[in-house]
Amino acid sequence: MDQDAHTTPTDRRYTAEHEWIKQEDADDTFLVGITSFAQEQLGDIVYVELPKVGDRIEAGQPFGVVESVKTASDLYAPVSGEVLEVNAALVDEPQIVNDDPYQGGWMIRVKAEGTPSEGLLSAEQYADQIGE
Amino acid sequence: MPTFTQLTDLDREAMLQTIGVGSIEDLFADVPADARFPRLDLPPALSEVEVQRHVGRLAARNVTVRDWPCFLGAGAYNHASPSVVSHVMGMPQLATAYTPYQPEVSQGTLQAMFEFQSLVCDLLGMEAANASVYDGASAAGEAVLMAQRITRRERVVLSGALNPQWREVIQSYVAARGVEVATSEVALGASGALVADQVAGLVDARTACVVVMQPDAFGRVHDLAPVAAAAREAGALLVVATADPTCYALLRTPGAWGADIAVAEGQPLGLPLQFGGPWAGLMACKSRHLRQLPGRIAGQTTDHDGRRGWVLTLQAREQHIRREKATSNICTSQTLLAIGVSAYLSLLGPEGLREVARQSRAYAAYAAAEIAARTAFRVATPAPFYNELLILGPVGGEAARHHLVERQILGGVPARSLDGAYPDGLLLAFTEMNNREEIDALVQALAEVGA
Amino acid sequence: MIAAMPDLESARTVVTAGPQPEPLLSELSHAGAPGYRLPTLDVPEADSLDAVLLREDLPLPEIGELDVVRHYTHLAQRNVCIDSVFYPLGSCTMKYNPRVNEDVARLPGIAHVHPLQPDETVQGALELLYRLQQALTEITGFESATLQPAAGAQGELAGMLMIRAYHVDRGDARRKKVLVPDSAHGTNPATAAMCGYYTVAIPTDAHGEVDLDRLRAECDDTVAGMMLTNPNTLGLFERHLQEVTSIVHAAGGLVYGDGANLNAILGVVKPAEMGFDCLHINVHKTFSTPHGAGGPGAGPVVVSELLEPYLPTPLVVQGDDGSFALVHHRPKSIGRLKGFQGHFGILARAYTYIRMHGEDGLRQVSQTAVLNANYLRACLADLYDLAYDRTCMHELVISGRRLREQHGVRTLDVAKRLIDYGIHPPTIYFPLNVEEALMIEPTETESKATLDRFVRVMRRIAEEAADDPELLRAAPHLQPVGRLDEVTAARKPILRWGAAGSEE
Repeated sequence: MDQDAHTTPTDRRYTAEHEWIKQEDADDTFLVGITSFAQEQLGDIVYVELPKVGDRIEAGQPFGVVESVKTASDLYAPVSGEVLEVNAALVDEPQIVNDDPYQGGWMIRVKAEGTPSEGLLSAEQYADQIGE
Repeated sequence: MPTFTQLTDLDREAMLQTIGVGSIEDLFADVPADARFPRLDLPPALSEVEVQRHVGRLAARNVTVRDWPCFLGAGAYNHASPSVVSHVMGMPQLATAYTPYQPEVSQGTLQAMFEFQSLVCDLLGMEAANASVYDGASAAGEAVLMAQRITRRERVVLSGALNPQWREVIQSYVAARGVEVATSEVALGASGALVADQVAGLVDARTACVVVMQPDAFGRVHDLAPVAAAAREAGALLVVATADPTCYALLRTPGAWGADIAVAEGQPLGLPLQFGGPWAGLMACKSRHLRQLPGRIAGQTTDHDGRRGWVLTLQAREQHIRREKATSNICTSQTLLAIGVSAYLSLLGPEGLREVARQSRAYAAYAAAEIAARTAFRVATPAPFYNELLILGPVGGEAARHHLVERQILGGVPARSLDGAYPDGLLLAFTEMNNREEIDALVQALAEVGA
Repeated sequence: MIAAMPDLESARTVVTAGPQPEPLLSELSHAGAPGYRLPTLDVPEADSLDAVLLREDLPLPEIGELDVVRHYTHLAQRNVCIDSVFYPLGSCTMKYNPRVNEDVARLPGIAHVHPLQPDETVQGALELLYRLQQALTEITGFESATLQPAAGAQGELAGMLMIRAYHVDRGDARRKKVLVPDSAHGTNPATAAMCGYYTVAIPTDAHGEVDLDRLRAECDDTVAGMMLTNPNTLGLFERHLQEVTSIVHAAGGLVYGDGANLNAILGVVKPAEMGFDCLHINVHKTFSTPHGAGGPGAGPVVVSELLEPYLPTPLVVQGDDGSFALVHHRPKSIGRLKGFQGHFGILARAYTYIRMHGEDGLRQVSQTAVLNANYLRACLADLYDLAYDRTCMHELVISGRRLREQHGVRTLDVAKRLIDYGIHPPTIYFPLNVEEALMIEPTETESKATLDRFVRVMRRIAEEAADDPELLRAAPHLQPVGRLDEVTAARKPILRWGAAGSEE
């Protein structure tokens, strides 16, 4: 396992439910995924259910589901907005989320409404939460 | 007392001592004393000999489809059930196992589930199937819930010529979810024949799915292209339901018509009638809807040495994992009956199943011609029909049936007993278990009515 | 006396199939050799159908009778079952299925009766159903019964739809919340959701029972009801049951009883007297009908007077002249949940079983089931942690926590190793609120010798976990297949033959 791919990056923010959100070059677009801690807890991910392009997501509400063989977990939106793109590679290769949660394993690109800061954690705070 | 327990008095004593209590009653101290060990007012226990005699006497008071000629259908069909089918279903390693939670010691069950899923796909022309649900009617209920989840729409369109019991089950399944149900009317034309089903006209942009029956409750075989087109245009799903899937030896499949979901009753595929069950519901869909398919599903995989094997798969859809977000609360498949269906289809093969369909259709056609020529009844089901007919005559359905029962003929189902809005006729069904002599007797008896 | 026990040293192959894989039906097909012949058609052919209505090909296998029988014999050999091994699968009540039930179900007057025959031609079948309705209401203390639901889960749906109909009928539309203990079966929340309700989980307290304070806090005027299993899924009798049902009733809710564990309380207590408003009964558990490799079951529901108007149709009634009839139309009924009148073939088996037992026999069933479970509890307590250390009912929940902490062996490994010793593993990882759970239900039909062997095997496995944990992690060792790749099965589903990736 490539350890670097699993270190909590400092270039983004986190939710208490183990999602990450990373601002892109454009001010109001963000990538969303799940943390390495989350993928490890889930085990081998077998399916990722994502919204459709154009769907609205609501901060704090479920926008998708990630499944392993014996569990299913909701994905919670860290921000409200419109889904611009979903990571199509995850349809055939959900294991990317296990292998590369912070880069190739991104799930959705969102055009955010407002600033997604309230209640989000820094890398340090998140690392504290998961006891790293 | 035959409790099928095996402990001796000595065993009990030793076990109580190990546990550290004085008597079995002491183990029930948690049960409130005032409610503990109530009297049960039940008939006295019977020995095996006595219970066989007792139930044997009850059974003997039923007329069986082997005693009298049977022309009953309306959702259950007296097709041939090869002896092998019930013997396979009686194999104890299949009958007394449970859900294959431990795949290493359940490969027989899992392979059989996979084979059944494959056969259902092939028979119905569909891409993916589950390992069965309770019966055809509940499969229709699950199909409607599934369509609702996929489309996130709240309106359902049903053909009035969908078996009324199946419609009732759909109603019960959606009742709590505030779903609007629109049903097409069944009507007789000026000629006295049923008019074409207007169900396609009810499909609109709010419709989650349209459910049609093929052949319909009156035996008609439909060209489903118009309703499929209407559904496609509205973004609704097409659900094709079938009460007697032996027809698919001949008929264009639900998949070929463009069905998103196909459901069927498995009973006609070799399962004993048993006064209504247990049978098996066949349920299949297009691959893209797979994640919303309810029920148990077996999948092929390999073990660490590369040996082919099977496991329960896609379990994250199911209630034991997804709980309130599951696709359904169902946690069983009718595995033993599904095995019976697979054995039946393999034994008959394409030629045998085609012969079942050919004979069923031929007996229905012969009866239709004879009834029209020799009795005061007329055939209200327009051609083409499969193996079931609605006949209307000088008396209503109940009276006609009563007359046939007096002639020792299990002679059809009064249509109004199924749906009060149906024409007051008699539904007759035909299979390869009938023959010319039986049909001639039926026609003779009907000829006596209103003659 | 009982013969000497088999040597534990020699684990054994419980699945007796040889090393050869069994081909699929599609691989066994040899076209041109049909396995079944029909009588000859003796009327003219029907007119041919329009080509647009016809299918093109019919890709079914075609296999001779002998090879069909051999195929299923080989598949059967790749299974374990009650008839071959001890099968203490918790919450599933894998008791012996008496053979007389099978004989009865195959009588022509039971097996070959059409469900829409006129009532006068099925008086025996209707009487059997009527008598079964009576027996089930007597055993549980309720007022009336429906035999229609096809399985326990459908019984739950029937019960919750009736509770919903009751509230709607009273014009009370606010009630949207259903309370479910955190130890409940997944079917409970799934059923509530099917009825348009949302669920709130009530935690389990330190004694393994419903947390009364949390229950009280959730009981407001939006509660439609509570779904409760008793004995609960921890195998414990809820000692405050009457208080629980009173709290829910006081809030205007009704209490649904999940009868999964009825085998513990036949003739011990009547659920209706504890304040339940309805209860489903899994006849394939309590009343010995075969589990059928996953089904069929049957899930009758018994109800109080309050819910009687809402029972699904049809019901069996007895007229003044003593004859029996099916009633199809009842104004307040929740309607129909499946075709016809239920799984009659299964209900006939259950009726047979009940008639062979009577009052004392049924009570003895439950007493023995509880004795057997407590005996295992006493014998295993020093090696495995009891989830809750108190008298259990018909099943016990233990935790494999200690083995994981000390030897890195998980409950899954213990389960797989049991297979090597010729024992079907207990239910594992359920209930969800017990770590590394093993849920063991021996049932009343097992002998003391079988229970003693199970205890010795469990001890041996604990020793193996210390001496050679890898042995457990790689188990089972002697089956036709080893641990299967469930991840690939779910990532790249192959669900039928001929599909992409299959070996055909």
